[in-house]
Amino acid sequence: MDPAVRLRSAVCLLGRFPALAGLDLDVSRGEVVAVEGPNGAGKTTLLRALAGLVPVHEGEAEVLGLDLRRSRRRVRARVALLGSTGGLYDDLSVADNLRFWARAAGRPQSAADEALAQLGLDGRLADVAVGRLSTGQRRRTALAALVARNSELWLLDEPHAGLDAAGRDLVDSLVVGASRRGATVLLVSHELDRAAALASRRVTITGGRATASGALGRMHPAGPVDVLPGEPEVAGVA
Amino acid sequence: MWRDALLVAGKDLRIEGRSRVALNQVLPFAVLVLVLFAFALDPDRGVLVRAAAGLYWVAVLFSALLAVQRSQAIESGEGTRDALRLSGLDPAGVFLGKAGAVAVQLLVLEVLLGLGVVVLYGVEPAGLGLLAVTGLVATAGLAAAGTLYGVIAAGLRVRETLLPLLLLPVLAPVLIAATRVSETALSGASAGVPAGSWLVLLVTFAVLYLGFGVVAFGPLLEDG
Repeated sequence: MDPAVRLRSAVCLLGRFPALAGLDLDVSRGEVVAVEGPNGAGKTTLLRALAGLVPVHEGEAEVLGLDLRRSRRRVRARVALLGSTGGLYDDLSVADNLRFWARAAGRPQSAADEALAQLGLDGRLADVAVGRLSTGQRRRTALAALVARNSELWLLDEPHAGLDAAGRDLVDSLVVGASRRGATVLLVSHELDRAAALASRRVTITGGRATASGALGRMHPAGPVDVLPGEPEVAGVA
Repeated sequence: MWRDALLVAGKDLRIEGRSRVALNQVLPFAVLVLVLFAFALDPDRGVLVRAAAGLYWVAVLFSALLAVQRSQAIESGEGTRDALRLSGLDPAGVFLGKAGAVAVQLLVLEVLLGLGVVVLYGVEPAGLGLLAVTGLVATAGLAAAGTLYGVIAAGLRVRETLLPLLLLPVLAPVLIAATRVSETALSGASAGVPAGSWLVLLVTFAVLYLGFGVVAFGPLLEDG
């Protein structure tokens, strides 16, 4: 089976600045990978590039077996990105937002209703306009939209941010559930302990390059190809 | 594409239903424009009646600008443009849906403004069939061109001020043609104005911008 993600010397330019400067990355299907690195390292750009929102200017990039440069729209239809901003319509209710995004992804309305219940947004909250929600409730709504899409690749940028303890636990259970269903998850989080508990592997990015990769607890400097053949702890590495 | 268009139009109209921006801001603005024209030209009521068609379409044009800006503002929330691009929706469907929602709002507005013209300007309603056709075709053109230029301006920091500068010259043919056909309708067929050719211009404008929007909206959404 094709890997979920395969990048070779991937370069993404934001203006003239190389946000990704020759990144190599392999992620197997069903794997949960924590992406770490200092601010400005290129973590968010990596997720946006994999979602097809930022073009890969050089190198090779495949997502879910599709060439990201040639099939960007098909890739987008199969991935879900939780960014730092929610992507929700403030004037629509929680339920209407979820139903719109679920139907846009070709999912039935029942998928939105199930996601509402799963995220604890059913009942009174479902009819509240998103613009009136607290930060945490808004984050839950964005997560519910993600769940309703039922995508094969989850790209989560700081999914725990703005959530209370129960909300953070809920995120963890969603990630575990998605992985069990066979979805692949790339997780950018500054909550390193939580990310470590969820992920089978972590990749460290510095200056737009993967500088280390490996099973949690056994980090290795990354070479030109930053996967570690023969490492039994690294699940499903090509 | 059509499924996506209906989905997006339904979403935009639902947002309007909840926020009531068109009802509470665009409609009062349009009525205010009509009233101000009436104040300005009242001493010579004959002029007001003769200019009614043009004044009506100027009010519609200004209202269309506001409606287009509102339509684009809906997508300017945090991350919504990215979410739209990731949604899997056909960009052509998004264009048709957004233009359709603007058109529906404009048509309602045009009916209400038409009543305003009758009441405020003392215009005798005549040629309602031709007026209805003119309204439909002109609105399709206004909504299509407006949605297209709206997404062009959306990525710019000065979009609020730039959009009217970009859009008003483009919509000038619609204003002229719709006014000419409306004058013919209001004054009866004996006016001698070649309404048919102006109507053809309106149809051509609408078809061109609808077609161009279907093709170009995707790349423009990417760059926005």
